[in-house]
Amino acid sequence: MAAHLSYGRVNLNVLREAVRRELREFLDKCAGSKAIVWDEYLTGPFGLIAQYSLLKEHEVEKMFTLKGSRLPAADVKNIIFFVRPRLELMDIIAENVLSEDRRGPARDFHILFVPRRSLLCEQRLKDLGVLGSFIHREEYSLDLIPFDGDLLSMESEGAFKECYLDGDQTSLYHAAKGLMTLQALYGTIPQIFGKGECARQVANMMIRMKREFTGSQNSVFPVFDNLLLLDRNVDLLTPLATQLTYEGLIDEIYGIQNSYVKLPPEKFVPKKQGDSGKELPTEAKKLQLNSAEELYAEIRDKNFNAVGSVLSKKAKIISAAFEERHNAKTVGEIKQFVSQLPHMQAARGSLANHTSIAELIKDVTTSEDFFDKLTVEQEFMSGIDTDKVNNYIEDCIAQKHPLIKVLRLVCLQSVCNSGLKQKVLDYYKREVLQTYGYEHILTLHNLEKAGLLKPQTGGRNSYPTIRKTLRLWMDDVNEQVLFPFNYCTEPHGHLLCVQWLRPAQRAAGPAAVTARLAEHRGSPSHPPRAPL
Amino acid sequence: MNRTKGDEEEYWNSSKFKAFTFDDEDDELSQLKESKRAVNSLRDFVDDDDDDELERVSWSGEPVGSISWSIKETAGHSGSTHEGREQLKSRNSFSSYAQLPKPSSTYSLSSFFRGRTRPGSFQSLSDALSDTPAKSYAPELGRPKGEYRVCSLERFRSLQDKLQLLEEAESMHDGNVITAVLIFLKRTLSKEILFRELEVRQVALRHLIHFLKEIGDQKLLIDLFRFLDRTEELALSHYREHLNIQDPEKRKEFLKTCISLPFSAEDSAHIQDHYTLLERQIIIEANDRHLESAGQTEIFRKHPRKASILNMPLVTTLFYSCFYHYAEAEGTFSSPINLKKTFKIPDKQYVLTALAARAKLRAWHDVDALFTTKNWLGYTKKRAPIGFHRVVEILHKNSAPVQILQEYVNLVEDVDTKLNLATKFKCHDVVIDTCRDLKDRQQLLAYRSKVDKGSAEEEKIDAILSSLQIRWKN
Repeated sequence: MAAHLSYGRVNLNVLREAVRRELREFLDKCAGSKAIVWDEYLTGPFGLIAQYSLLKEHEVEKMFTLKGSRLPAADVKNIIFFVRPRLELMDIIAENVLSEDRRGPARDFHILFVPRRSLLCEQRLKDLGVLGSFIHREEYSLDLIPFDGDLLSMESEGAFKECYLDGDQTSLYHAAKGLMTLQALYGTIPQIFGKGECARQVANMMIRMKREFTGSQNSVFPVFDNLLLLDRNVDLLTPLATQLTYEGLIDEIYGIQNSYVKLPPEKFVPKKQGDSGKELPTEAKKLQLNSAEELYAEIRDKNFNAVGSVLSKKAKIISAAFEERHNAKTVGEIKQFVSQLPHMQAARGSLANHTSIAELIKDVTTSEDFFDKLTVEQEFMSGIDTDKVNNYIEDCIAQKHPLIKVLRLVCLQSVCNSGLKQKVLDYYKREVLQTYGYEHILTLHNLEKAGLLKPQTGGRNSYPTIRKTLRLWMDDVNEQVLFPFNYCTEPHGHLLCVQWLRPAQRAAGPAAVTARLAEHRGSPSHPPRAPL
Repeated sequence: MNRTKGDEEEYWNSSKFKAFTFDDEDDELSQLKESKRAVNSLRDFVDDDDDDELERVSWSGEPVGSISWSIKETAGHSGSTHEGREQLKSRNSFSSYAQLPKPSSTYSLSSFFRGRTRPGSFQSLSDALSDTPAKSYAPELGRPKGEYRVCSLERFRSLQDKLQLLEEAESMHDGNVITAVLIFLKRTLSKEILFRELEVRQVALRHLIHFLKEIGDQKLLIDLFRFLDRTEELALSHYREHLNIQDPEKRKEFLKTCISLPFSAEDSAHIQDHYTLLERQIIIEANDRHLESAGQTEIFRKHPRKASILNMPLVTTLFYSCFYHYAEAEGTFSSPINLKKTFKIPDKQYVLTALAARAKLRAWHDVDALFTTKNWLGYTKKRAPIGFHRVVEILHKNSAPVQILQEYVNLVEDVDTKLNLATKFKCHDVVIDTCRDLKDRQQLLAYRSKVDKGSAEEEKIDAILSSLQIRWKN
């Protein structure tokens, strides 16, 4: 039972258990001792579903990473490959199988495709002459992975590129399938709203999939009232701007992968008395971040400026709690105090960690460069000077700051200006190519195709209108008071978030919003309101 | 109550009640520091010998019990563990949870075959399965746990049948199915017909392009783009291949072929530049490697090259050229001036790069010369296409001596910036002079405490402060 999944309004442990059960069943199918060869990319997401202990229960004795040439020696009966359906991985697997030592005891090979099998991959294995070596070839549909009590993710990094650049809608199919699984466990969702072309596709797929389910009506009482499908490209602005919540900043600076973050270890060394000779750890400190941790759940979505006061309040509370030991006079009271000690120690540890993290973040947010960058972002988002070449961006290119930083800013400017003037665009392009290399002609072209960085098409700039109509921008934000949507990239609000959600929740049809958003990238879709 | 003075002090300083002060207690940093202090102080009396409650992390930094940890742990060991084998296989403690549904049939190509009324062309599924070795097979995805059931597509003989098959596949949105059909069509249709039909079927077309990219069939892909008259994509797709060519000469030759491709005007110029740049880099690289190994040239001896210049971006190449070949005349391939002219590098970029390179070598005279211009009267003046504050920053980054820094700080036009930079980089004279010019006594007084006691600067400040000629404004 994963504690962090029980805190939301929906108990996602049901989903997690169902998914775990599937894994168990597959493992049991390959009877006998086993070794698993992992596609490295999968270890992260799998970690959210199962720990090693579960695998051990099913006779998994060894775990290896997928690498070329020969498999390491292991005295097991079965070798199972856990891989994504990618052609290059098939080549490695074939190499592994072909270089298997004939002299040793025979081992059975199996392959588990996550999240599904692929014709191309099996064809490749066939071409390499190893397809027949696999006894069990199956798929494990890990579509929606529960990350937290209110968050599921497909962890499909390439999905945006595939959908918008390659025109490959496989990830949409996975999304639809994942949603069907969700509905099977939590009841059919009565209403679907959506906006965007991809959203429409997913809805259509779901309708079709539902039709293919013959017979059994879903007997589970629906937990969800509405489903809202939104294309990412309805709002390209939000992912480009710097996140300013506590969790957002951790991700911006250190990157959060599968709820884990790797941090520089120096700040996390416990300072014990008289411990001078201890070496500083060199490995990064890995922390898990989810809402099972009380303090984290409280501060993760707060604007970073509000975090400090929460931490200091917490420190006082914990400090006072420990002080209580002075008041414990009777044996009963002392016993009670001691019983609460573990919880207090956990809270203390949690506070220590997050205080250190907050300090690390503070070092970045108080730097001059961060301030300059934020200023430029906010200028763009309030529509200031979006039609000229920006000095700060120029400076960043001249100092060869990371390309991703430069591109985010340039794209932000383009989105806020509904496309850049040809001269400005050409200027930026030339600077980027000369500084980072000509091969980025391809990068820039892809960005244009995705709509992130493009020339003005002659129509008027619709962004300021949208900004005003949807009230995305709030000038006086009191960061201590929680405003849900324009908090995160303060003071700009998520185009997607509440403005669009509110009408849906009222179920009154977002008429005015519709009209406005219609001119901004496609019209919203309302697939049949009748239950699927 | 009878409290002594000492008690009172103790009371105010140690109790929870803090005396009111004007200090801003809500300062962010001090709040954090306070929390940290509070946290650290708790360690003293809490039993702290181990962190049982906290997550256990192994030497590798991975949380104990996680998959990534277990990979590291088990991969190294040889031999099996007997307990593993003897463990119970099933622990059905979660039987109360719902099972994932196994639909009787979800997506399946076999849905084509059901309910078809056209006699003759569509047989039942069992017939299809009994067909002799099928060359093309399509996945039956009906049973998630089952094997693929092979159904032959061979019997879709006529063009019309094939197209209908394709349309059905498209409407399923299942990538696997569409790909399977496309493989079949690719094999059984001529290129022209295939292209012609796909031209009007956007979804299938996109899939085909994606599929060709994945399997690396570059030739067919280019043909397809040519057919569709998607000239720019054709050009980019061809250009992309250069990344797979490692040998510099071959890559250069390849780039040459890219120049004539149908790029947009702007992009064409860039491709041309790319080619020219690589051509230059090959020459420079060969030459410099020779010089370096000969060991006669000072600059290479003092600062041996850390990497080859091949395939580096233009600006990096310029920096390299300013570093190793600064004094060379325009005629040589490796001179910075030549690069500037050939690639039309704007002044701003040029000056910045040259400055960075010369500052790194601590060649202050060269830096000087960069900014000095002679006007027609013969007087020299310092000018820069970038603000002098940038110059100062770059000089500081390269640990320029204070006198040099000072000279350039003095050239900063904006007074506030000048003062800020001077204070930051400890250019005392500039600060003093500026304060004097601003007639700002307070600031000068404040600065006095920052200079060393008994230093020349202190004397200077004192002299100015005591001067009767200055009309201080504060």
